[in-house]
Amino acid sequence: MSHDAQVYVKSDTEFNYIKQKRKQDMRGQITTFAIMIFLTLIAFAAVAADFSKYLIAPVILLLAAVQVVLQLYYFMHAKEKNHNVAMFFLIFGAFLAFVFILTFLTIIWWG
Amino acid sequence: MSSIAQKKGFGATLWDYLTTVDHKKIAVMYLIAGGLFFVIGGIEAMLIRIQLAKPDNDFVSAGLFNEIITMHGTTMIFLAAMPLLFAFMNAVMPLQIGARDVAFPFLNSLGFWLFLFGGVFLNLSWFMGGAPDAGWTSYASLSLASPGHGIDFYAIGLQIAGAGTYIAGINFLVTIINMRAPGMTYMRMPLMTWTTFVASALILFAFPPLTIGLFFLILDRMFGGNFFDHTMGGNTIIWEHLFWIFGHPEVYILILPAFGIFSEIFAIFARKRLFGYSSMVFATVLIGFLGFMVWAHHMFTVGLGPTANAIFAVATMAIAVPTGMKIFNWLLTIWGGSIKVTTPMLYALGFIPSFVAGGVTGVMQGAAPLDYQLHDSYFIVAHFHYVIVGGVVLAILAALHLWWPLMFNQMLSETLGKWTFWFFFIGFHLTFFIQHFLGLMGMPRRVFTFGANQGWDLFNLISSIGAIFMAIGVVILVVNIIITVVKNVPVGNDPWGDGRTLEWAIPQPVPFYNFKQTPLVRGLDTFWIEKQEGNKEGMTYAEPISDIHMPNNSFVPFVMTLGLFIAGFGALYNGEKDWAVPVLVLGLAITFASMAVRSIKDDHGYHIHKEDLMNEKGGK
Repeated sequence: MSHDAQVYVKSDTEFNYIKQKRKQDMRGQITTFAIMIFLTLIAFAAVAADFSKYLIAPVILLLAAVQVVLQLYYFMHAKEKNHNVAMFFLIFGAFLAFVFILTFLTIIWWG
Repeated sequence: MSSIAQKKGFGATLWDYLTTVDHKKIAVMYLIAGGLFFVIGGIEAMLIRIQLAKPDNDFVSAGLFNEIITMHGTTMIFLAAMPLLFAFMNAVMPLQIGARDVAFPFLNSLGFWLFLFGGVFLNLSWFMGGAPDAGWTSYASLSLASPGHGIDFYAIGLQIAGAGTYIAGINFLVTIINMRAPGMTYMRMPLMTWTTFVASALILFAFPPLTIGLFFLILDRMFGGNFFDHTMGGNTIIWEHLFWIFGHPEVYILILPAFGIFSEIFAIFARKRLFGYSSMVFATVLIGFLGFMVWAHHMFTVGLGPTANAIFAVATMAIAVPTGMKIFNWLLTIWGGSIKVTTPMLYALGFIPSFVAGGVTGVMQGAAPLDYQLHDSYFIVAHFHYVIVGGVVLAILAALHLWWPLMFNQMLSETLGKWTFWFFFIGFHLTFFIQHFLGLMGMPRRVFTFGANQGWDLFNLISSIGAIFMAIGVVILVVNIIITVVKNVPVGNDPWGDGRTLEWAIPQPVPFYNFKQTPLVRGLDTFWIEKQEGNKEGMTYAEPISDIHMPNNSFVPFVMTLGLFIAGFGALYNGEKDWAVPVLVLGLAITFASMAVRSIKDDHGYHIHKEDLMNEKGGK
């Protein structure tokens, strides 16, 4: 640390607010983690129960999509402030990937 | 780091450059390495033109000719044009936004060494059994059938160099998003910074498809894969798509920084604010976006069907709109300006008609039915040389003259600079203008010779004479550089007298920490505003003088890259030599070990103390 850096002392209210907020964050992360484990269990159970593959495939893909969103929002902090640029790049990348896959499907393999 | 300035010996200087993480020194290394590859690519171009100067020539054999054209294209795009642009991005962009360095100085160094080792690897093919010979696009149906190791050198060399480019792109993005000085909002960023930003975003999205394509090619050729082999259920067209999904944005990665360079030059030497700044930014972003939506126009004749061809044709022509906006904005920047025709301005003025010509032929090829006629003819060769030489190379030469004083505190000779321009410019048009007609007369591209009775003799000879003019121009440039370096006359900051952006406000030579105090940006053309208000220092400061946190130099990037370089040879000779797999493992082990060293060993950098900054030496 630079020796003339200012030391910022938090007030009690501020300290309690941050403590409270961290507690909520932690609760949110653990809840999300539990939900994700549960979703994974459903996926495994669906395969183990030997349902029709036309049921299993869409269900698993749907669960995967939910997991991606949970991952982004709770573990990669997309819901917090100042993540706009990162989110923009993520969404734009996903959009491009979608366009590429669409063209591959339509003009290489189907056409 | 000592706080006493010393004169260093050669060994110490070399070690300093091998380990440096300073963006200004990395810029110099990019400039030297890129310049070297530019000369190598240029020599290859001269060999091509010698071979084609007369009909039925046997100067080089057909096989060698294929190797030369492949290496010319690959070298010029990946190892000359992009690194030279990276040189200017590194040298200028952090200074323009008021940053002390890029966001990840260590990665900046890693990116450079990856590029250099990848480039060296690729060029070693000349001495190790033959260069790649399937064209710079390396279409899978050709490259899978190519004997020898040429294509393997291409695939692995580009993979290593590509990783370096990717790292550099991410680094620039993070730098521009996070490290702008107070007051430097997005809409106050100079155009060079904006185009660096958009080009880096293009790198971010365009290089992964190339990486995947090259991995598929490596697997197919060296590890028994069948991604592109139709007899085994693969599909050769997939390479073409992956290559052009990368390849089209790639040409915008090249041309957008060129636009940025010329935007700076027009504003500086017309001594006017850039006309239509916000529409310039909009056009840059729009070109970047549309660049991803048009790749299949390189593949009209593949047989994608009329619907696909029509969609991509319309998307292609749409790009002419934002590009046209830029052209008109530049014209209106010059309009009514108090113009100084310096060497950079001369290049900028020459750029407009040259690039418009290249753009117009581009729109012609965008029309799918006409493209069926033009495809694989010299018309295409003429077109892409008009945009890349008439756009990118003119920009690089202009930037070299414009920012040489910023990078080296010396001024290149204006007289010799103008000689270079005229030789290069006339030679360029002489070489490539006539190739449009050769194409319309039916001469196919990539042929190693032609018959005397085909009516192409004279035009090819004229084209070759033009190439000699360009070579003379480059030789004069080299002489100019040598004279300037030997004379070594310091010129101070703002030698052009009309600098508008922050980089010209910094005292010369630029201190290694760039800004003693972070500047406060009060509008577009920061330095210009300060000059207009009579501020002798050229900057308003946003903070008092305090300690500056700096990163330590590191040799790890070099070792990390060396590991990949060694592993490359292992992969190349896989299944052929006994030592291949051990070498592959050894190389990867070196890379992973150096990554581990980097991760485990804490390196917090060091501080330049306030007291050292305040004394005469400025912390050196």
